Amino acid sequence: MNIMSSPERTWKTIESGPHTYKEALHPVVINNYGKWKYHEIPRPGVLKHVGESGDTLFTVRAGTPRQDTVDMVRQLCDIADRYCDGHLRFTVRNNVEFLTPNGENVEPMIRDLEAMGFPVGGAGNCVSSVSHTQGWLHCDIPATDASGVVKSMMDTLYNEFKHMEMPNKVRLSTSCCSINCGGQADIAVVVKHTRPPRINHDHLSMICELPKAVARCPVAAIRPTVVNGKRSLMVDEAKCICCGACFGACPAMEINHPEHSKFAIWVGGKNSNARSKPSTMSIVAHNLPNNPPRWPEVTDAVGRILTAYKAGGRPWERVGEWINRIGWKRFFEETGLTFDEDMIDSYRHARTTFNQSAHVRF
Amino acid sequence: MEENKGASACGSHGCSHSNGGCGEKFLNPTPMLDELEKGPWPSFVSGFKTLAERTKKPMLRGVMDQLEYSYNTKMGYWKGGLVTVDGYGAGVITRYSMIKDKIPEAAEFHTMRIQPPPGLHYNTAMLRELCDIWEEYGSGMLTLHGQTGDIMLQGIDEANVQECFDKLNEKGWDLGGAGAGMRTAVSCAGPARCEQACYDNLELHLHALRHFVGQLHRPEWNYKIKFKFSGCPNDCTNAIMRSDLAVIGTWKDAIQVDEVAVKEWIEEKGVDALVNQVINLCPTRAISLEDGGMKIDTRDCVRCMHCLNAMPKALSPGKERGISLLMGGKNTLKVGVNMGSLIIPFMKMETEEDREKFMELVEEIIDWWDDNGLDHERIGETIERVGLRQFLDGVGLDVDINQVSRPRDNPYFKAKY
Ligand code: HEM
Ligand code: SF4
Ligand code: SF4
Ligand code: SF4
Ligand code: SF4
Repeated sequence: MNIMSSPERTWKTIESGPHTYKEALHPVVINNYGKWKYHEIPRPGVLKHVGESGDTLFTVRAGTPRQDTVDMVRQLCDIADRYCDGHLRFTVRNNVEFLTPNGENVEPMIRDLEAMGFPVGGAGNCVSSVSHTQGWLHCDIPATDASGVVKSMMDTLYNEFKHMEMPNKVRLSTSCCSINCGGQADIAVVVKHTRPPRINHDHLSMICELPKAVARCPVAAIRPTVVNGKRSLMVDEAKCICCGACFGACPAMEINHPEHSKFAIWVGGKNSNARSKPSTMSIVAHNLPNNPPRWPEVTDAVGRILTAYKAGGRPWERVGEWINRIGWKRFFEETGLTFDEDMIDSYRHARTTFNQSAHVRF
Repeated sequence: MEENKGASACGSHGCSHSNGGCGEKFLNPTPMLDELEKGPWPSFVSGFKTLAERTKKPMLRGVMDQLEYSYNTKMGYWKGGLVTVDGYGAGVITRYSMIKDKIPEAAEFHTMRIQPPPGLHYNTAMLRELCDIWEEYGSGMLTLHGQTGDIMLQGIDEANVQECFDKLNEKGWDLGGAGAGMRTAVSCAGPARCEQACYDNLELHLHALRHFVGQLHRPEWNYKIKFKFSGCPNDCTNAIMRSDLAVIGTWKDAIQVDEVAVKEWIEEKGVDALVNQVINLCPTRAISLEDGGMKIDTRDCVRCMHCLNAMPKALSPGKERGISLLMGGKNTLKVGVNMGSLIIPFMKMETEEDREKFMELVEEIIDWWDDNGLDHERIGETIERVGLRQFLDGVGLDVDINQVSRPRDNPYFKAKY
């Protein structure tokens, strides 16, 4: 295990776990810890929290690229030092938040952030930043680049990030393989492979633990075989559902392809318990090309969905709740997307997605 | 040896000399990536370029060249391996370039996962220390934050990993999880900055992850297991969907109502808004219109958070607060998406003893999974395969009607006779 063992080491590891947080909290936060009474959103990107004590705390929220550099983090620290006594935090969707009790700091802070290129917004009924993944930049199994897709999408959604004109929050995610590290979201952009893996037999006989790849397949499409006298695997292409699970276990199961690895768009995922229970997403578009560097087909489809939702959603309706009300038929009509036979579920629990009623929409 | 890098790399990569930057620019041309410098959203490409031109780290030029190559060929070129630090079996994600013959400078670009403070609360001293160490030993490129909840320090040579870790560790930073063990946890802002928080999720997060620190650094279970701590059912950390152990703040008694604030809300927004945006949207119709105001029947409330979100000044969670535990959330691989489902409806979470009691319970749960789970099986999948009832039996938990959305709809079971 300790392949890095270095005899001259002097430091003895402290297995400390997460970094401590108390020293990170602003004094006003400490004084009102657990005793906040309410908050309001005085303008886009700004939260005002009021404590039972009457103390107020302003939060200015700004978007970041998530793929950051030490230079950028130091810039953010400069802002926090200038306006927030050195305190800041991040949201789980890669927004940075600056916390200050001093309301007069809010406007200058916004000006400075915007001047540095960090858009202030992401609070309330807007499109917040995208929960996204590593992609070509840093993962070992991606079919696309997540950061580039996100940058392209957020360029088109810039105003939706900075204004609160949506019926409710919109949460986006992207994932560069079907494992979907980006998670469930109101709208998700996820890679969908369309061609079964091609097996690199030379590679495979060298590196792969065969039973691992076999066991990874959810539909038992992988079988042992012998190729050129060596033990190897074969894929039953009629059975294979192109999930890519085997590729994660064995790099010789080459599923990524510049043309056959496509994008699918999913909608209606919801993580919060507010109103409806949390819900999983449904597929509404697929076979979109993986088209770097700007992925116009993907941003176009996301844009259509958001335009329809913005126009038709009622206050508090998340994308999935809006669709539940208007129905999938109207969703497809209003977005101009097309329902096709591949969107009928054929996996486990498929029946739960069938219409087991005489409810029909015309 | 660094001063001539710009010029030599320029020749070897066939720079066109057209933009007059040749000989001055450290980076090679990246026309595809440059397209991502356009547009109003902050550009990661511009950030990388600034960093690379300032620090002139060959590794940064390598990774930009490889990314540009990926954008052209539409394929990824990293493969894994094994790098770790003394005494640990996880925490460094190894990346070797598959095209290092083409781009030698990208040969190694490992990631160090670092556990952030719960709630992602920082002060600038902490972040600056982190940045200084990372610039000294690594590429200076990082992600705040990865989907695992870690700070991802991206881009370091194997030779520098141990020393970088030692320096970070001296300043209170530790590696995050990877592999078949406890993983880095995620918390929302919590009581530090949210009026909805029903327990101290930041403290429980720290407590729990310290408790399992050994299993995080030396993974030896069936597969990974993740905690996420959300202060209330708004679940800002997406715990139900994204964690094996979703600890969600909740309350047992009535929603606290500030009658004056309710009146003000209605005066400002009107009765239509009260009906259309609050009363009608309660999922269990627990709220009714009464004398022009609202009345909540606590017995019908499922603690969904909607009315509290709509009227934050007027309504607050009740006083008898604690947590619900849901288990089994996971994403697609391989049986499809699983939502976590409710296992423990309510547990107090105020004192150190409450936290200890919770840790004992989680120990039991993980022991059960360790005994009954199969290789590469998340705990939710094990519960589904073996049966929720068998799981509850095995861990010694009470059966509770809240664990199901309704009783079974088929008669196929063996009753006692
Ligand atoms: C093509 C035919 C069959 C296949 C592929 C099959 C497959 C399986 C599998 C995968 C299991 C689960 C093992 C585990 O999870 O550890 C199982 C269990 C079992 N099978 Fe089969 N089986 C087949 C036919 C049969 C038949 C015909 C019978 C009886 C007439 C039978 C009786 C059982 C029993 C009693 C169990 C144990 C169930 C339990 O412990 O809960 N199987 N089978
Ligand atoms: S979604 Fe897939 S390809 Fe993307 S980072 Fe996660 S595992 Fe890697
Ligand atoms: S891609 Fe999925 S279905 Fe196809 S062989 Fe691999 S694991 Fe099986
Ligand atoms: S989960 Fe609840 S307590 Fe935590 S930040 Fe979100 S609303 Fe606040
Ligand atoms: S919290 Fe949700 S369920 Fe409870 S009264 Fe409010 S809207 Fe209804």
